[in-house]
Amino acid sequence: MKSVSIVDYGMGNLLSMQRALEKNGAQVLIASNPEQILKSEKLVLPGVGAFPDGMDELVKRGMVPAIQEYVNTGKILLGVCLGMQMLFQESEEMKRTDGLGLIEGKVVKFPHNQKSGKINKIPHVAWTQIEPVEISWKKTFLDGIEANSFMYFVHSYYVTPVSDLNILAQSPFGDFYFCSATVHQNVWGTQFHPEKSGEIGLQIINNLIKH
Amino acid sequence: MTAKRIIARLDIKGDRLIKGIHLEGWRFLGHPNDYCRKYYHEGIDEVLYVDAVASLYGRDHIKEIIKQTTADAFVPITAGGGIKSVEDAYEILRCGADKVAVNTAAVKKPELISEIANRFGAQCMVISIQAKKNTAGKYMVCYDSAREYTDTEVSVWAKEAVERGAGEILLTSVDKEGMMRGMELELIELVTSAVNVPVIACGGFAQPSDFVEAVNAGADAVAIARALHYEKVQIADIRNQAIKNQIPVRNV
Repeated sequence: MKSVSIVDYGMGNLLSMQRALEKNGAQVLIASNPEQILKSEKLVLPGVGAFPDGMDELVKRGMVPAIQEYVNTGKILLGVCLGMQMLFQESEEMKRTDGLGLIEGKVVKFPHNQKSGKINKIPHVAWTQIEPVEISWKKTFLDGIEANSFMYFVHSYYVTPVSDLNILAQSPFGDFYFCSATVHQNVWGTQFHPEKSGEIGLQIINNLIKH
Repeated sequence: MTAKRIIARLDIKGDRLIKGIHLEGWRFLGHPNDYCRKYYHEGIDEVLYVDAVASLYGRDHIKEIIKQTTADAFVPITAGGGIKSVEDAYEILRCGADKVAVNTAAVKKPELISEIANRFGAQCMVISIQAKKNTAGKYMVCYDSAREYTDTEVSVWAKEAVERGAGEILLTSVDKEGMMRGMELELIELVTSAVNVPVIACGGFAQPSDFVEAVNAGADAVAIARALHYEKVQIADIRNQAIKNQIPVRNV
């Protein structure tokens, strides 16, 4: 049986991710310390909440070097929502905070206004479409997902990768597009919640398990 | 595109699904998880549980219901009813809920909104507002299943709740609730033009055109209870009606 570990650092909804993995036949392990992270075959970094709190909790548990070392072995890491944001170098949420630095770029807040002056609704709590930009989804973790599928999002901040090659999918917000899925070799991330995005979301979870 | 959401509202008493009129006069319908599974397979966008008796009897039942839901329905779960503290909210979130809806305790102690939002994020903190029109034609805030009234206008409270950190509003029209005679569009317009967070309209849904009207009045989502539980409407019919009216909905 394929095993997937979920990082438990006191933030986010572990149970929903666990159930989505189990539904697709994975054996789920909870990684609550650096040793368990390093032993993982595949790793999911979930997370709901504020960026500084999330990083604080990872630092407190000694998980930052463990996650970096785990990634260096070439095994897959999937960050979801705040978990995706923490893959990047830094965030401006509340105060400037360093992230895991696995992908170049930073995390910024959605603008309150559109160019036309229209006011954006923040947080972005919605089912919103994802679409490919330059990279084909073939052979990535979005393989088999139809362009413009709706995914479930809940967030107020978004990632801005330095390189377009790290943008696997984009989604509209107000009058612009933001990066809604990222990839950098074995480091993957989704701003949306695949575990909350119905059958299409489960297909992404299945891609993770099978990859 | 961002889709407008169709939400199933399940009112819970103990371990049973109930449905009342004007938030009173309950009837037992069955086990909530059975209904939830069915709605997931029919393509519901979100599930909303409201525990009618949590304040009186604790939360053991709803916690079990939520845990089971995470195995049955891979869509967002919001839960409310009797949440009085950050600890109560944590208990519910720990069971697999994505958001908590708070009504009475927030009316009595508005700081609770900021406490929950600061701890779990604004997106987790849904302010549940029960609105009833008074004789002067103004929408006033009620609480405690609409048994108690305040002298606060709904739009004033909605703005305050958002300033304090609420990320979403669950707006229930007490007058329309359980009646299946259409939704309170004037109320939806009032609140959606007062705040810049998503608004879930609730109360009175009878047919697919009500979804269209509520969205056109400004709602981001519509919560449906009775019409779904009594099979007066199919989720697919709501989607089709929305698409016909150029309202974006999720493709399932």
